[in-house]
Amino acid sequence: MLAFILRRLMQSVLVLLSVALIAFAMFRFVGDPVNQLVSLDTPAEQVRQIRESLGLDDPVIVQFLRYVANAAQMEFGISYQFRQPVTTLLAERAPATLELAFVSALFSLLVGIPMGVYTALRRDGVLARVFQAVSLVGVSLPTFLIGILLIYLFAVTLGWLPSFGRGETVKISGSWSTGLLTWSGLKALVLPAVTLGLFQMTLIMRLVRAEMLEVLRTDYIKFARARGLSTRAVHFGHALKNTLVPVITIAGLQLGSIIAFAIITETVFQWPGMGVLFLKAVQNVDIPIMAAYLVMISALFVVINLAVDLLYAMVDPRLRATLKGA
Amino acid sequence: MNEPVLSVRDLTVEFVTRRGTLRAIDAISFDIAPGEVLGVVGESGAGKSLTGTAVIGLLEPPGRIAGGEIRLSGRRIDDLPPGEMRRLRGKRIGMVFQDPLTSLNPLFRVGDQLVETIMTHLPVTKEEARKRAIDLLAEVGIPAPERRIDGWPHEFSGGMRQRVVLALALCAEPDLVIADEPTTALDVSVQAQIIALLKRLCRERGTAVMLITHDMGVIAETADRVAVMYAGRIVEIGPVREVVKNPQHPYAKGLMGSIPSLEESRERLLQIEGSMPRLAAIPKGCAFHPRCPHAFARCHVEKPVLLESGAGRVACWLYDGDTVARAETAA
Repeated sequence: MLAFILRRLMQSVLVLLSVALIAFAMFRFVGDPVNQLVSLDTPAEQVRQIRESLGLDDPVIVQFLRYVANAAQMEFGISYQFRQPVTTLLAERAPATLELAFVSALFSLLVGIPMGVYTALRRDGVLARVFQAVSLVGVSLPTFLIGILLIYLFAVTLGWLPSFGRGETVKISGSWSTGLLTWSGLKALVLPAVTLGLFQMTLIMRLVRAEMLEVLRTDYIKFARARGLSTRAVHFGHALKNTLVPVITIAGLQLGSIIAFAIITETVFQWPGMGVLFLKAVQNVDIPIMAAYLVMISALFVVINLAVDLLYAMVDPRLRATLKGA
Repeated sequence: MNEPVLSVRDLTVEFVTRRGTLRAIDAISFDIAPGEVLGVVGESGAGKSLTGTAVIGLLEPPGRIAGGEIRLSGRRIDDLPPGEMRRLRGKRIGMVFQDPLTSLNPLFRVGDQLVETIMTHLPVTKEEARKRAIDLLAEVGIPAPERRIDGWPHEFSGGMRQRVVLALALCAEPDLVIADEPTTALDVSVQAQIIALLKRLCRERGTAVMLITHDMGVIAETADRVAVMYAGRIVEIGPVREVVKNPQHPYAKGLMGSIPSLEESRERLLQIEGSMPRLAAIPKGCAFHPRCPHAFARCHVEKPVLLESGAGRVACWLYDGDTVARAETAA
């Protein structure tokens, strides 16, 4: 098991190094960064000095290693547009995005799994058919449209929930500002979280349904029935556990994409998170922010993947055996 | 003989499909006495497994019991509400399936599956159930059961898993065990062990067995009586020795003739021409008549009933007194 974790960590480092290389390459593709810092009438001598002080005349490989070393210490340089360290900017906005992503992931799991189980068990029920139809909408409608429709219904027409922003936030443990502890913060979270999580929820629902139907056909479920176990024990003890093995993988990967694709939802709801920051960075060719965002998201994916693999091994004893052997 | 453990009368199973109703089991009747082993043989699709599934009440829609009745120790069970039928399963009727590799839930420890089943049927505490589970594992021949009880299914070989499955089927001391091809998926060397184990366990407990298989060797070794099925009907039923040595029904004759034997060295094994009809196209009259070398006019129109013949009963007009008389007059 330890060998497996170590090997996976090594692989993770490799993945992150290649992502860092891509992020680093971005700097060189969009022209000379010094031009971003100086004006037209800056003396050539001063430009040279800036270039030297920034280390831009070192060999590429040295620059790359310096970039990686800095990134390892959470140091991603200074944003061109804000003239502030990128790390500070991202850290300020990370809580908003992470809270949003976490709540929508929770929403998609807590609603998606029971709905999937229900539609699998009551395949021909009216409600199950309704769920199936609604899930089609969730899968096929684009996020921004769902967001706008929800705003129109709940914010504009009914006036129950705010249409933008995070509401009041509270600082906890120094720098983390949370919207989870105030009433207005919670209210502001509902629409964006539903918008962001709807696609994942329908995906999980359909996945759980398909897996559950598959599992219910297996011999061990038939045998469990033949042993006279109660329907509840068969469905929720034996079948559900087997259903969740593949769901764990998908749900883990989806959590990564929820964070990465929060950009659209954040834009629709003017959510002050990393997504909005990233969009602004793209508009203003703010390479340090874009590069840092890229590295950070991929690091997140790598961590989630590792966690999923470990979780997988916890649920499935067969996998544990292979890992022990490895 | 006292009251049979299982008594099936005119059991009919149908599948309602878009293209009409298919009759998969056509009015079959048989009894199993306490402690008796009834072998059920036939080709794939003859309705052997379906009969077992119907008896234990696990038919899946669109399959349904369309007629007849099933009695367990005299009490009718085919019309029980699902909850009561469930309490019967595992407690009064145990079932063993074909493939031990897929019969156990891979995510649950062997012991947990045993304890769960025991506690479902018997009023015992968890510790007592666990103790019973260890005893059962020892009884089915699992070495070091107090250690193996905490093992996962994938840590057991196929033969060992089928032993665990037997322990699970027998853990509440049922009156009847339905063994559906219990050895088909196993190595030949392991097959004999499992059959011997099944026989011993059931004899010790006085458990009746419905042994579904297409392996005549297993039947000859194990069963007291045997029922031969063809296209959803029982064509011959009788003491195993009689049916194997001296089959009456032309289909049973063909079936027995197709078993290779060590003593006689025939040039070629007998072969029944053609194949079993599909459910949608079962011929009128005797379902076997298109393949039967002895078929005559009556076989085309009238469905044969089970007639007493020798020590058993045969569904074939050849053995009808009238026919015999008529044939003699004709000759």
